[in-house]
Amino acid sequence: MDILLAILTGLIYSVAIYLLLHKGMVKMILGIMMLGYATNLFIFIIARITRGLPALIPENADSFLQAYADPVPQALILTAIVIGFGIQTFAIVLIRMVYKTTGTSDMDKLSSTDKID
Amino acid sequence: MGSNILVSVFILPLLSAVSLLFFWGRVRTQKVIGGVFISLYLVASVIQFVFVKSSGSITLDVGSWPAGIGIGFIVDLLSAFFVLLTSVVAFLSYFYVTSSSNSSSKISVFLPVFFFLIFGLNGAFIAADLFNLYVWFEVMIVSSFVLFTLGGKRAQLEGSLKYVAINVFSSSIFLAGIGILYGITGSLNMQMIGSNLPLVENRMLVSIAVTFFVVSFGIKAAIFPLFFWLPSTYHTAPVGYTALVVALLTKVGIYALLRFFTVIFPLQGTLFQPILLVLSGFTMVVGVLGAAAQTDFRKILSFHIVSQIGYMLMGIAIYTPLAIAGAVFFVVHNVLVKTNLFLVSGLVNKLFGSYKLKELGGVYRKFPFIALLFALSAFSLTGIPPLSGFWGKYILAVAGFSANQWLPVTVTAISLGVSLLTLFSMTKIWNEVFWKPNPQVVEPNFPRQSFIIEVVKQYPGMFFSIVTLTVLILILGIFPNSIIEVCMEISNSFFHK
Repeated sequence: MDILLAILTGLIYSVAIYLLLHKGMVKMILGIMMLGYATNLFIFIIARITRGLPALIPENADSFLQAYADPVPQALILTAIVIGFGIQTFAIVLIRMVYKTTGTSDMDKLSSTDKID
Repeated sequence: MGSNILVSVFILPLLSAVSLLFFWGRVRTQKVIGGVFISLYLVASVIQFVFVKSSGSITLDVGSWPAGIGIGFIVDLLSAFFVLLTSVVAFLSYFYVTSSSNSSSKISVFLPVFFFLIFGLNGAFIAADLFNLYVWFEVMIVSSFVLFTLGGKRAQLEGSLKYVAINVFSSSIFLAGIGILYGITGSLNMQMIGSNLPLVENRMLVSIAVTFFVVSFGIKAAIFPLFFWLPSTYHTAPVGYTALVVALLTKVGIYALLRFFTVIFPLQGTLFQPILLVLSGFTMVVGVLGAAAQTDFRKILSFHIVSQIGYMLMGIAIYTPLAIAGAVFFVVHNVLVKTNLFLVSGLVNKLFGSYKLKELGGVYRKFPFIALLFALSAFSLTGIPPLSGFWGKYILAVAGFSANQWLPVTVTAISLGVSLLTLFSMTKIWNEVFWKPNPQVVEPNFPRQSFIIEVVKQYPGMFFSIVTLTVLILILGIFPNSIIEVCMEISNSFFHK
């Protein structure tokens, strides 16, 4: 399971980087989204996956009696998803604005701020 | 007592931002509310600094959870000092904007976002755990996205697109790094990660995590070869809106690097020390050479930000108490000087209607006083005694040359050469903007014969900010002792635990 998830994360990362390097603006947004998913999965795996052991203390005990699934990474991922959602929304509105103002969706043509005149 | 101070400093910008949102569109009320809150924030952060200086750091564990489980905040001397710096720059740039901007719809958006940005900066400086730091980084960059795009000019949108993309990338890497550190140390608290990290057996994974942090903070701080977003973004938006971003966002990256390489992963003797030294050398040289080629007032200044970041990174990478103190001093000096230069460029633009060196000229003849204000900051940036830049560079040079290894000594020697090139760019701005006759046939639209008094009357806030900043730079240059002592105390706290 771990190995499969690790390979999947690697795949999503490579897709994300490919899309980010693409010159189309919509592909950039997709790249940003994919990068977020890849990172979330990455945190999920690197903090060790445990199967079928919820982080619940048994009724007549004071502490955990056996290994349990760590809830902290899940909380981190939840926060990261929410933040990522906000940024994606902003980015989508931004590319819409850029497209309306410049009339192009080709990022290679948006280099006027780098030029010396 | 301590935690009350911490909470009030922390909560003031948020309170302000939220109450400003209630008065959306009513600019006059908003300006008054913002003015009151920014002054309160300045006072509160001075009190916090004095308190921390006299009675040690303040810790706050939200909800009384033990440290490491709940969200924690620590205000030590470094945090308090940087919060104070933020509040001073925020205070001055607030009055700069509110007096310079005429468009009521834009200023109505600007004010709440400005306070959200301060909120994020403040949070980043006092966060005690890494994930919390990540959240504050996001608060900061989302606010800065809005500030950069505010106005919606073509150049702004183009610059912001790159800025957004690179920042999202940097945040993802940061988050992945946090994930690795949590996975191998089981904690998010910086102190705890720091004490658990030497026990980790898988050193490979540690190195990967550290690399992630270097790349991510390196993008934020704009170090070579990750700085290219900066000169293509920073010159696009109106000066007032982005003064705080320009002054402090890259320095938050430096702050994060400083924290990371002292508390979490002590830099001394690791593989990353020579890497950071080499990078800092390249940052300085490439930044200053980039500036030499530019023909836009603010673009030259933007490239200089990159170059100056190299000095701070060099201080961290040399990693002796004196060098770290020098880096902290350099941050203070650079924030004040750089903000002032940007604000002056904004004022010149207001009066002459351009940022292009080709179209500007004759400022000295019309407004010798503005030229003087620029010259003082420019000299300080170059490092001419007795101005503040001299002390920053002097401390770093002493620290570098006493390191007794060839690499730090070489990089320090390079840094001295870079100062000379800095002087070259400043001379270029001076010649083109202030000295040469104005090339425009049509006189720029300011009243004749009235000169400086008219300008002061017309833009009192802009003048107030620039003059105050110049006075601060002069004070920092002529009486650097007390600030250097604070910097030494900060860096000693990292070395003697």
